[in-house]
Amino acid sequence: MREIDYELVVNKVKELCMDANYNLGSDVENALKKAYETEESPTGKEVLTQILENAKIAREEKLPMCQDTGFAVFFIELGDEVKIKDGILPDAIAEGVRKGYTDGYLRKSIVDDPTIDRKNTKDNTPPIIHLDIVRGDKLKIVCVPKGGGAENMSEVKMMRPADGLEGIKDFVVDRVRRSGGNPCPPVIVGVGIGGTFERCAMLAKKALLRTVGEHNRDPRFAAAEKELLERVNNLGIGPMGLGGRTTALAVNIETFPCHLATMPAAVNINCHATRHKEIVI
Amino acid sequence: MGAIKLTTPLKNEDVERLKIGDAVLLNGVVYTGRDAAHKRLFELLKKGEDLPIDIEGQVIYYVGPAPAKPGYVIGSAGPTTSYRMDPYAPALIERGLKGMIGKGNRGEEVREAMRKYKAVYFAATGGAGALIAKSIKSSEIVAYEDLGPEAVRKLVVENFPVIVANDCYGGDLFEEGIKKYSKR
Repeated sequence: MREIDYELVVNKVKELCMDANYNLGSDVENALKKAYETEESPTGKEVLTQILENAKIAREEKLPMCQDTGFAVFFIELGDEVKIKDGILPDAIAEGVRKGYTDGYLRKSIVDDPTIDRKNTKDNTPPIIHLDIVRGDKLKIVCVPKGGGAENMSEVKMMRPADGLEGIKDFVVDRVRRSGGNPCPPVIVGVGIGGTFERCAMLAKKALLRTVGEHNRDPRFAAAEKELLERVNNLGIGPMGLGGRTTALAVNIETFPCHLATMPAAVNINCHATRHKEIVI
Repeated sequence: MGAIKLTTPLKNEDVERLKIGDAVLLNGVVYTGRDAAHKRLFELLKKGEDLPIDIEGQVIYYVGPAPAKPGYVIGSAGPTTSYRMDPYAPALIERGLKGMIGKGNRGEEVREAMRKYKAVYFAATGGAGALIAKSIKSSEIVAYEDLGPEAVRKLVVENFPVIVANDCYGGDLFEEGIKKYSKR
C-alpha cells in the first residue's frame, strides 16, 4: 500500500479550487479566439472580446473569472493500492474546498436545506464527489466548479428506445434552444446517453471535462457531435444569447450500456469558462 | 461600437433614447439585488410598506459578488440569470425602477411592465466578473447584510459596459438576434 498524507490532499484540493476559478483552460481560450474570428454579429464580437479580456485580468490578478465560483464537483480516480494516512478522502476534499474557497476569495454559493431555510453553509461545502476505484498507486483528482446558471438549463430524459439517436439529437438541440442566453453561451454541451437515470446525468457532466476539439472515439458518436455542434450554432442564439453564430464551442457525448427497456439521455450545459483542473498525486 | 454614456438615476427621457442593441456605458449609483433580496422587497411592496432603498429612477444589478481581496473594492461581479427575478420585477418597475442589469431573456410580464412604465433591461456579459469589477469604484451594503453575497449593495460605477436587451418600445434583442443569425 502507498500512503498519501491527508494534509497533502487538503492542500492540493485547495490549490485546484483556486486554479480552476482563476485560470481559463488554454483549449477553451483558443476556441473562444477562433470564435471571435468567425463571429458575424458585432454584439457577439463585443461579448467575446469582454470574455477574453476578463480571462486575462483573472489570470494576471488571481481573481475568479466569474463571481459564481460554483458547486465544487470532483471526479476522483483512486488507485486500489492507495491509503489516505490519518483520515478519509471525502473529509480531505471537503477541508480543501473549505480552505480554497475561503483563502482564495471565492464566493460561497451552497445553501443548506434546498427548500425552506436555504441558509448559506458559509464555506462552500459540502462538495459533490464521484469516486471510481482503479488499479494502481495513484490518486487523480479532477475539480469542476459548476455554476448555477448553466446547471439550471440541464435535463435528464428517459426516452423510448424507438426514439433512437435521431430523437436524442433533437432533444439536445431543443434543450440548448430553450436555454437561450441563460447558461452564458458560447457553452460546452455535455451529453450522456445510456446507463441508468442517475448514471446518465453523471455521464453528461463527465462529458464536460473533455478537451475542446477532441471527439468521442466511436466514429458514429464523433459524427453526431459534429452534426450537433453545427445544428446548435445554427440556432443563432450567439454569445450571451444576444444573437450570433457562436452558441457552443463543443458538444461532447459519453455513452454507457443501458437496460433493454430504456434509453436515458441527459444534457448538462456548461458556461464559456468550463472550469476544470486536475492533478495526479 | 460607439457607446452611449448614461448617468443614473434615469429619467423617462433617458429610457426613451435607448433602443435594443445599443452599447451603453453606465455611470453613477447602481443597487445590487438578486433572488433572496427581491423576495423581501416584493413582500414589503405587497404589504404596502416602505422599501429599505428608494428605487425611483434607479437601476438594479442582478449580482452576488465574490468577496473582495485585500486592496480591492469588490470581488468578481458579473451578472446572474435574470428570469429568476421575473416574478418580482413588474412590481418594482411599477414603483419607479427604471433599469435592470442581468443576463438572459425576460418573461412577458416584465416586458409589458417595461413598456407600460418606461423601463429598460440591460444585458451585461455573464462570466466577465473580473472585468466588470474594474468599473465598480465603491461598494457599500445598504440592506439585508444577513444575506451575505445576496445583500443589497450600493455601487458607484464608472463606464460599466452593458447592452440594451429590452427597450421601452417592446424591442427584444434576444428574439431579434436569433431571427437575424439563425440558419436552417
